[in-house]
Amino acid sequence: MSTQSPEAKQAAKQADFGGVSRQARGAHIDRPAPALRHEAPPAGPTTFAAALNTALADAMETDPSVLVLGEDVGKLGGVFRITDGLQERFGKERCFDTPLAESGIAGMAVGLAMNGMRPVIEMQFDAFAYPSLEQVFSHIAKMHNRTRGRVKLPITIRIPYAGGVGGVEHHADSSESYYAHTPGLKVFTPATTQDAYLMLREAIASDDPVIFFEPKKMYWSKQEADLSALRTAYEDGSAPRVEGCARIAREGSDATLIAYGPSVPTAVAAAEAAAEDGTSLEVIDLRTLVPLDDAAVEASVRRTGRAVVISEAPGFASVAAEIVARVQERAFTSLASPIKRVTGFDIPFPAPKLEKYQIPSVDRILDAVDELTWED
Amino acid sequence: MDETVTRATSGFGISVEDYLLPAHERIQMLHEDGTLLPEGEAGGEPGHRYPRPDDARLLAAYEQLVLGRRINDQNAALVRQGRMAVYPSSHGQEACQVAAAVALGEQDWLFPTYRDTVAVISRGVDPAQVMTNFRGEWHQGYDPHEHRTSIQSTPLTTQLLHAVGVAHAARLRGEDTVVLAMCGDGATSEGDFHEALNFAAVFHLPVVFFVQNNGYAISVPLAQQSVAPSLAHKAVGYGMAGERVDGNDMMALLAVLDRAVTLCREGGGPLLVEAETYRMQAHTNADDDTRYRQREEVSSWQAKDPLTRLRSYLDARGLLTEEQQERITEHAEAVAADLRAAMNQDVDPDPMELFEHVFTEPTPQLREQQQRLRDELARENEEAAR
Repeated sequence: MSTQSPEAKQAAKQADFGGVSRQARGAHIDRPAPALRHEAPPAGPTTFAAALNTALADAMETDPSVLVLGEDVGKLGGVFRITDGLQERFGKERCFDTPLAESGIAGMAVGLAMNGMRPVIEMQFDAFAYPSLEQVFSHIAKMHNRTRGRVKLPITIRIPYAGGVGGVEHHADSSESYYAHTPGLKVFTPATTQDAYLMLREAIASDDPVIFFEPKKMYWSKQEADLSALRTAYEDGSAPRVEGCARIAREGSDATLIAYGPSVPTAVAAAEAAAEDGTSLEVIDLRTLVPLDDAAVEASVRRTGRAVVISEAPGFASVAAEIVARVQERAFTSLASPIKRVTGFDIPFPAPKLEKYQIPSVDRILDAVDELTWED
Repeated sequence: MDETVTRATSGFGISVEDYLLPAHERIQMLHEDGTLLPEGEAGGEPGHRYPRPDDARLLAAYEQLVLGRRINDQNAALVRQGRMAVYPSSHGQEACQVAAAVALGEQDWLFPTYRDTVAVISRGVDPAQVMTNFRGEWHQGYDPHEHRTSIQSTPLTTQLLHAVGVAHAARLRGEDTVVLAMCGDGATSEGDFHEALNFAAVFHLPVVFFVQNNGYAISVPLAQQSVAPSLAHKAVGYGMAGERVDGNDMMALLAVLDRAVTLCREGGGPLLVEAETYRMQAHTNADDDTRYRQREEVSSWQAKDPLTRLRSYLDARGLLTEEQQERITEHAEAVAADLRAAMNQDVDPDPMELFEHVFTEPTPQLREQQQRLRDELARENEEAAR
């Protein structure tokens, strides 16, 4: 019998990985994983994680060149269980653990892709991807251009990112701006279960390298989805393309909230709260930061005349800053007020007890909307 | 200990330790004057005895060596004439360059650095295409798949990991492919050197890591990079075999690399080979090596020149007739003349192409920027016409 207190037990359980809660890392996932069932989970409330897991399995099933590699992606199924069941189903040759070295993983993926494979690599956490940046910036991003299109690198780099799960330091960065700033990389970040499936399939099928940001706090959130129908639609080509296509997450007419990834549900919640006060807010989910759907953003802002850009990353020199710049360049004459931003402060991501101050909240978004100086 | 290594060593009748550790002395077969070292001295330890490459192979390598030297000299001249932006010459290291290329078969892959132009050309790539980078026309000029020769890596040791990936993919596809990845002594300090060797060892991949130790990383001498007994000794930490070889001795280089490639093919890889050589010229034309090297040191390496060493050997053995020498020189001159002609042709790269290869298809944003540049150029042309 253990004499540990429940708190001590919980602490010990969390100690093996940065303090991220067991709930957040999927320790409670029902076995077998969707990947092992061969059939997509039944239609109904479906987790973001199940959609990603099913997308990986479906991609591996349909294309033998798809490989999954990274740290703990094999037997363990990834620290967030997103690769759960893949090694069991597809074998150790197609889903395998590498030595613990992120530059090695990214660099090896370059060679795998040069020699006919379609590697999907998992970076365990946002900030643990930094050792791989030379490979990502100097080779993965540039190879196609350097070789005048002779070498394609169809690599997908999956990165669990952002906060909201009580992770200790280096486990909660929003690092998307570094990648979005680098020519040659596509940057995707889904915000719904359905998009998690479709966008990961699209990322893996893309002949360009894709940085695939997964908002880790959404892994175990459930939304209505029919993955089986999505698979059919994706594979027969009837599913609409996601790359470069923003989504209107909620229609509105008074102002536009522009968000992506983990900020989308917060923006939708803010719009719902505003509706109760009679303010109609439109929410745009960008879905892919590169390429960016300028047209959809511009069209919405032209309709509403006002905009707030929401992002968890520090705002200075960020994707949010870029969007503000682009909107004012394109829709200046339609603007009734300056564009506001609700972003993380320009500080290193805080410790768990302070993280709520860094992450954009419904109240902060509503405050920003109030500052858009209504004409009426 | 890994079974594949054990199996590979059993053929030599030595212990795994004897197999993993380099010989006490570097492997050398030819004296500086081209005479043969006595068999016993040319790597006499168990597990480190190498058969001499046959004469036909040496003669073929000599031909490539002459060509490599001619290309190095031609490119240096083209830089002086302003026809090329920069050229990191491998003058003095040509034996390493040629050996790396000819040790491989057509089905194998080579991963070169920016200084390994001669190795790339020895793989069969058109010299003019290789020089695309150095004349500033585009970053890289040849198709890596055509000759299974990757583009020349400018960032240090990053390409060793690409070699690991190519080898791994080849094995998954059931292909008989050995990969030889090149880097310099300074590059062994980089993190990717460690990660690549470790990955290759853990996955038992058929990769030969070939380090050309030319003594300097631009100006910093080897003693400031590493205090390991030799760079080849680094292999044992990864559970792979290491060997060091006289990098100006073509015969020894071929013997060591041939065996390394064969071992890899038989499942005994990966291996690390360190070649001790010397860069006779500055790092590039932009470098001033008098600031960090004594002239006496440079001239002392003149006597060890790989080209004259092999020629002396072939001459003394009567393997190189005057006629053959003439043909080899003529061929090298012809290649140099073609290269000169190609480099003296002015190129006018199309600025519209700048946007074409960033992705497989330009994004709407890139198309927009391309149009802006097109309009800007059209305006300039109109103004110039007025």
